[in-house]
Amino acid sequence: MGFRFDLFIVLIAVLSVPVLSDLILSKVDRRIDLTSQVVRITSTLKVENSGNDPVSEVLLAFPEHQEKNLAYLTASFREGKGKGKGSTSSLPVEVVHPQGMPPALVFYSVSLPKGLGKGESLTLDVLVVFTHSLKPFPKEITQADFQLVVFQDSGHYLSPYEVKFQSLSVKLPDARIESYTRLENTKTVGSEIKYGPYENHPPFSYSPIVVHFEQNQPFAVAQQLVREIEISHWGNVQVTEHYKLIHAGAQSKGEFSRLDYQARPHVRGASAFRHLVAKLPPRAHSVYFRDEIGNISTSHLWGDLKKTELEIEPRYPMFGGWKTSFFIGYGLPLQDFLFESGGKRFLNITFGCPMNEVVIDNLIVKVVLPEGSRDISVSAPFAVKQWQETKLSHLDVVGRPVVVLEKTNVVPEHDQHFQVYYKFNNISLLREPLMLISGFFFLFVTCIVYMHVDMSISKSSASYVMKLLWEEVQAAIQQVHDIISRCLSIHDKLEASLRDLARTGDVQACKAARKASDGQLKELSKELRPLLAFLQSSPQAAQILPKVEELVAKERELQEKLMLKHTTVADSYEKKSGGKEIENRIASQQQKIVALRQEVDDLLDYIDEI
Amino acid sequence: MAASEDSNQSKIRTAFGGVLAFFILVLIGVLAFSIRLFSVIKYESVIHEFDPYFNYRVTQFLTKNGIYDFWNWFDDRTWYPLGRVIGGTVYPGLTLTAGSIWWILNSLNIPLSVETVCVFTAPIFSANAAWATYLLTKEVKGTGAGLTAAALLAMVPSYISRSVAGSYDNEAVAIFALIFTFYLYIKTLNTGSLFYATLNAIAYFYMVCSWGGYTFIINLIPMHVLLCIVTGRYSSRLYIAYAPLVVLGTLLAALVPVVGFNAVMTSEHFASFLVFIIIHVVALVYYIKGILSPKMFKVAVTLVVSVGLVVCCAVVAVLIALVASSPTKGWSGRSLSLLDPTYASKYIPIIASVSEHQPPTWPSYFMDINVLAFLVPAGIVACFLPLSDASSFVVLYIVTSVYFSGVMVRLMLVLAPAACILSGIALSEAFDVLTRSIKFQLPGLAENSQIDAGDTTSSSVVTQDDAAKTNKNEDTLKERPSRKNRKKEKEHVEKTSIKSQIKKRLLVLPLEASVAAIFLLVLLGAFYVVHCVWAAAEAYSAPSIVLTSHSHDGLHVFDDFREAYAWLRHNTEVDDKVASWWDYGYQTTAMANRTVIVDNNTWNNTHIATVGTAMSSPEKAAWEIFNSLDVKYVLVVFGGLVGYPSDDINKFLWMVRIGGGVFPHIREPDYLRDGQYRVDSQATPTMLNCLMYKLSYFRFVETDGKAFDRVRRTEIGKKHFKLTHFEEVFTTHHWMVRIYKLKPPKNRIRVKTKKSKSKASSTTSSKRSGKRKKNPWQ
Repeated sequence: MGFRFDLFIVLIAVLSVPVLSDLILSKVDRRIDLTSQVVRITSTLKVENSGNDPVSEVLLAFPEHQEKNLAYLTASFREGKGKGKGSTSSLPVEVVHPQGMPPALVFYSVSLPKGLGKGESLTLDVLVVFTHSLKPFPKEITQADFQLVVFQDSGHYLSPYEVKFQSLSVKLPDARIESYTRLENTKTVGSEIKYGPYENHPPFSYSPIVVHFEQNQPFAVAQQLVREIEISHWGNVQVTEHYKLIHAGAQSKGEFSRLDYQARPHVRGASAFRHLVAKLPPRAHSVYFRDEIGNISTSHLWGDLKKTELEIEPRYPMFGGWKTSFFIGYGLPLQDFLFESGGKRFLNITFGCPMNEVVIDNLIVKVVLPEGSRDISVSAPFAVKQWQETKLSHLDVVGRPVVVLEKTNVVPEHDQHFQVYYKFNNISLLREPLMLISGFFFLFVTCIVYMHVDMSISKSSASYVMKLLWEEVQAAIQQVHDIISRCLSIHDKLEASLRDLARTGDVQACKAARKASDGQLKELSKELRPLLAFLQSSPQAAQILPKVEELVAKERELQEKLMLKHTTVADSYEKKSGGKEIENRIASQQQKIVALRQEVDDLLDYIDEI
Repeated sequence: MAASEDSNQSKIRTAFGGVLAFFILVLIGVLAFSIRLFSVIKYESVIHEFDPYFNYRVTQFLTKNGIYDFWNWFDDRTWYPLGRVIGGTVYPGLTLTAGSIWWILNSLNIPLSVETVCVFTAPIFSANAAWATYLLTKEVKGTGAGLTAAALLAMVPSYISRSVAGSYDNEAVAIFALIFTFYLYIKTLNTGSLFYATLNAIAYFYMVCSWGGYTFIINLIPMHVLLCIVTGRYSSRLYIAYAPLVVLGTLLAALVPVVGFNAVMTSEHFASFLVFIIIHVVALVYYIKGILSPKMFKVAVTLVVSVGLVVCCAVVAVLIALVASSPTKGWSGRSLSLLDPTYASKYIPIIASVSEHQPPTWPSYFMDINVLAFLVPAGIVACFLPLSDASSFVVLYIVTSVYFSGVMVRLMLVLAPAACILSGIALSEAFDVLTRSIKFQLPGLAENSQIDAGDTTSSSVVTQDDAAKTNKNEDTLKERPSRKNRKKEKEHVEKTSIKSQIKKRLLVLPLEASVAAIFLLVLLGAFYVVHCVWAAAEAYSAPSIVLTSHSHDGLHVFDDFREAYAWLRHNTEVDDKVASWWDYGYQTTAMANRTVIVDNNTWNNTHIATVGTAMSSPEKAAWEIFNSLDVKYVLVVFGGLVGYPSDDINKFLWMVRIGGGVFPHIREPDYLRDGQYRVDSQATPTMLNCLMYKLSYFRFVETDGKAFDRVRRTEIGKKHFKLTHFEEVFTTHHWMVRIYKLKPPKNRIRVKTKKSKSKASSTTSSKRSGKRKKNPWQ
């Protein structure tokens, strides 16, 4: 612990600096909470003005090595003399560099609401949170070892003012205390170490104390956390949080035995942590917990009206120095977080990470506003680095404005609400649906146009003319085909009438049918004539023409035969011939008819295929 | 007039049929897509199994670095220290497809992750495959058969097994490419259009890009061409369908780096060239026959035959010389094991060790194509009524694919589309006949048949065909009731009517029989659907990296693989080398992003044998092998605690075999007691001392005190032992993956032990020589 001595020397040099102003700290009460990985120091300062001039600021001093781990500092001012009474209001705090101060110190100035007059006093509550201030010692432990950490601070309150009366208590977790520095008036009560009370210490008095104790709380540190908050005016706020997590405690060395860990997890793996709990806002939905290789199935979710709790368990237990990365995402109802005031909308949502006791080295919060938002401004409760980006997402044209806030060293105390103000026109909401609708509309229109427009390059080219002609021929052939089929159906009707005749013996009906069909057939043959003429004239049809002609000829023949048969049968019925006789008479015709019919059908099929 | 109204109505009906067919096709696409989402719903949207992880990694590289870097990608994270030229050894079709889908979506500002695109590529392409099946079957047997076949293919279990969401493998796009290439071939054959012939060559190129199975196309089409020539069906359409395909297709295929000159140098492609020559000879003969008189032709035939014989002899001689000059006779190992099913198990243990290269069992046919197996023969019969060029192709397709599926389980995938096409034809023909018979015989239908016809036909799957036929049918319908009344003359009438009707209308079955048959067919189809849904939901959806089991207290998830890979990814140095059996190579590189020694590509047998040897050697020797390979971590998969059967101990014999194939001091009998593989107290000392045994069972006895292995169902032989050269650094929650680190060599102790070692070695050498016969390592 060499550096403790260095510090000592520096501070001894510091001690000789003159007093800055006439303030006196009449009573300082400090409580250091070491039960988690973050160090929380709560100090109650009773400030008295012993000088003549009113004082409007109080300086707080921190050694540089401590200050670089300082994550959070708030000072609140308590009105009234009584303890715990009266309203508290936090005061503005800023870094100052007063002249003539010792070099290894950093000063923060707390501005008082009104000047402190002569002889007046007030009480300040100062909460300071440090990260990475518990140093694991030893630095490497095995699976079976407990984790020991070292904490150091000053036994006396380091201040540029004279301190009249002070006391300090250090709260440790309920576990072994390896060692601690003993000053006068030191005693331990349970897991608490009490220093003091000490009286009348000059400015910049410093007496280092070191506490070495067992600390098995999770040392979960997110080296980087990117929170993306995406607002959809369709009713959802989507939050995605990308974690890069490390166990920042003592490095694990040697073997990891799952057997030991499973058999006695609290002994063999005491310093490891298995799960984290994220407190999500109420009515969070669509919660997921994944990493780059897929879903992580070890998570539990439960919720009530006030909160939603998500217990996540990384893929493996986190031992010292082990890293992991994952992301969680959830949707939130828009009306809980988006409000409107004075023509502007604003998002009001928490800044920090929803997990307890996770320290974040570098936190980036991105707020993705809907496309078309204007006049963007941010109000954050503490200083953050801030810039703007654009993000192209679902069907965006110009991109969505993104407000990026960056902050290092974030502790749970930073989990406060911040606001993003912007202007947004509701009509922009309809842009994307309209875009889709018009896109599909034009697609269909193009299809229709394409189907109806003749796309050939030249209307006079030979092949195009050929094609047109060929289409005409095809149409003609199709018509011929139709006519022939209709003829055939008329034939079938005739046949049917013959059968009816055989059943009922009604010769008149049969003859009527005959007459009707005769008329129809005549008409059909009339229709057929121009078509045939066209086919004969067309050179395109040369190939197919013989077949068509053959078809027509055959059909005519068939027609004649059928008529013949029909007449014969009808006549026979008139003459009341017997069934057998009729059958004999038409037998030969019947055969021919069947054969012809067969041929016609074949030809029809053939033409049909063309 | 009535007639024109009729034609108008038929036009409307055709249009209606077209619209209906379109919507049915859309629904089939939706069905094909959604039935494959079970894996996403039941598990999660994640890449499955082994090979898909490699494809996923390649796609990530492609989307990140662009196409040119992809072609030149030398991957130094696998096959350490050899590396692998990815751009030249991978079929790029799948990756390029998914990559371009991702690119298009992202340029439209739809920010899907590469993983999502990869997961859903297979379902999208199975919808495409269903549509391609429709087109192909439509070319063969009409729209009705096409729709039925497409519906069947959309949910055939065999294809589902390779194309569920997340199964991002070559087959997913290749089956679509295969069917589409066949469709374009048939289309060209039917139309004789050069346009389609060119498209066909491009589709073939896509297939070559996608899958090694393209050799099936380039052998099947020549076979069909030869068949057509032999059966006297040569036509100019055939020539147009084939010749451009060979020329353009071969040129395009040679552009794919992984194929390259193989497209003209290996025997798989020779059949196509031979047929290319034959079709030209035949074309010449037909041409000469056309221009010469018969007499002259006879003279010419003798001339050509004699010249042709000489040419053929020369070509055959050249071919034989070429083939004989290469050691494998120009065939790759996988192709050879197709032609000779016993080839792999005899010569290439690495091919034989993959379960999907084994011949299938009968139940797996039923599992994978289900009732289609019974419908296929009917489909073949339907293809012969009448036999056309297209239907003969389908018959040839089914016959060859049945053979190939009998050799390798994996090729069941090629059989599935053929089975679907033929079953579709069979079902559609059957419905056609049966519904027509019913329509003839339903008296009520006769009057309003004109109105109803459209609807009734559409309710059966057959739409357009029937709609066109209804005209013809009506006539027969009208005479039907009258015929029914005349039962006396029924026989006579039947005779005449049969002769007078077109042949197609002959198949009129009794009403009751056809109703019953339709009912049974629907039942059969329903059974098929139920089976397919079951197969999709239960059998084929597991991603295999996440396992689940149902116990009395609910679902239990075993996510050990990813636990181990995530640990490796985050808690080891980025350049550490991880040794494991090759099965886990792709996953380790993709999920853990660490360099591996061997992976599923299995291109270097010696390297795999080295790892196999290390795993089967005792600790010290294994440490030396691994150390020489710069390995820092060794990963083994162990299922003994939870009963996960496909762990490394069960694969261990293959490691011994493959290792022994290259390093003869590893001998399989040393690991077997009386020919039996066991790990209990009867196991051989070689087995009990090998690295795999030790890494798997290290401190296993302390879990339950007895060391009962739940996979082998036995207590292990050697329970208490320590590791001297390895240390356990990570074991997953259910012990399924155990990771060990190689201990660094101890410098100081070595000096000490040098003396004692020489002593020890002298003492042990005597022991050794005694045991030498058993095992050189002990």
